[in-house]
Amino acid sequence: MLSEFAFVGVLIVFASLLPIAGLGFAWLVRPKKPNPIKKSTYECGLETIGGTWVQFRAQYYIFALMFVVFDVEAVFLLPWAVAYDQLPAYALIEAVIFIAILALALVYAWRKDALRWS
Amino acid sequence: MEATISWLTTLIPQLPVPTARLIVYVVYSAILAFAAPVVLVVAYTYMERKVLARLQDRIGPNRAGPLGILQGLADAVKMLTKEDITPAKADRIVFNLAPMLAVVAAVLVFAVLPVAPGVIGTDLKVGILYVVAIGGLGELAALMAGWSSNNKFALIGAFRTVAQLVSYEIPIVLAIITVVLASGSMQLGAIVAAQDVPFLFTLPVAFLIFFVASIAEIGRCPFDLLEAESEIVAGFHTEYSGMKFAMFFIGEYMHLFSAAGIATALFLGGWRGPGAGEASILGVLLGFVYFLAKTTLLVFVMMWVRGTLFRIRIDHLLDFGWKFLVPVALFLLVAVAFVLKVPVLNSPTFRWLGMLAANGVVILVSLALVVLAARHSRSAALRGVAGVDG
Repeated sequence: MLSEFAFVGVLIVFASLLPIAGLGFAWLVRPKKPNPIKKSTYECGLETIGGTWVQFRAQYYIFALMFVVFDVEAVFLLPWAVAYDQLPAYALIEAVIFIAILALALVYAWRKDALRWS
Repeated sequence: MEATISWLTTLIPQLPVPTARLIVYVVYSAILAFAAPVVLVVAYTYMERKVLARLQDRIGPNRAGPLGILQGLADAVKMLTKEDITPAKADRIVFNLAPMLAVVAAVLVFAVLPVAPGVIGTDLKVGILYVVAIGGLGELAALMAGWSSNNKFALIGAFRTVAQLVSYEIPIVLAIITVVLASGSMQLGAIVAAQDVPFLFTLPVAFLIFFVASIAEIGRCPFDLLEAESEIVAGFHTEYSGMKFAMFFIGEYMHLFSAAGIATALFLGGWRGPGAGEASILGVLLGFVYFLAKTTLLVFVMMWVRGTLFRIRIDHLLDFGWKFLVPVALFLLVAVAFVLKVPVLNSPTFRWLGMLAANGVVILVSLALVVLAARHSRSAALRGVAGVDG
């Protein structure tokens, strides 16, 4: 079971070599003449005002929450889908009830305007 | 893969099987991690420029080499010799790790891609789940880049990226579950083997949902507002230059290929086609040609879409994802599950026809609902205008 992932392990090593080789070679040939103005934060020629790492709007958080709800649903549905051929007919009813509860969650979020981008 | 390993052990009898396996793995990994990205990026950037140019009634690159085919090489040399600037205020470690992660995440998807009969890095039992999981790494790279740049444009770009990718991952996963339901397996090899009729013809709605959401997932036009240059400069990679920028670029084009490749494996029958099979070298090569042709066709459609459509607004984007694609995908999943349990449809042909009928019903009902909703909101808006006037 775990030996299936041996190839992925080998590939991770080679995949990380590609950017390392590319960046390393670029490091050898590229010019290096930094100065404070070059290294300042880009903002269309103006100096940037205030910090960037601030608290961000909560709207994104709501979408992330919705995502978690549906992603967990997907994780539960995948094994059901794989075994579906061997399952008796009530597996369909069970899944429909399960999906209906989640669809209800989507309808609720929709009615509450949680999905509106304002 | 297994055939190559046994061929190697018969060629050199004293070679132990684990060593032979390691050799094959290393060679195939090197091809996937070095040769494939270079060839793909050069070929697809050239193709994209030519296709876009033709769509816009231009000629496209024609200076570097005959017909401009060396343009990619010229770009590579230019990227290599550009100064690499790290902003003084950036978080250096995360800033440098992000482009590497973007490339690694894109390459890792190749591990489960069935590119030819019997040629697949590892046919994981949870293959398609692995693809979704690795897709999440790409989102992480974008967020890392945007956050560590300490630049407001980059941060806005990164947040948009995450909101968009997170929203479109749900329809993708639901479309995938529909395919898993019809094929009974999460292994990409088995899904390809199950497609005597490609799922494109039996589950067209699932294909459309998957394809549209994939375009959003790789952040291409019309869903490219994570790097909307008219609003937020270049989005999450605003502060990147030289080779680090090139890494994001490489990652993007490999992502393009892997998204099209997964769509090919799931819906277009992968490497399957007349004459393709594991039995002979010719069959394997033919399978590879079919796979590349189908994938490139999908890539071409994505370029065509980019040349035709305009960028959509973020509220429209999220509405389209959550209020259209997700409900349709859920509805489709239930409809297909229902058809597969109808006892009358016990022969494969009837099952395919049943699934096709379910798809037709789903798309007709959804479009009817959309038309009704549009009419309703339009008349509400008109009433609003009238109210203001009166």
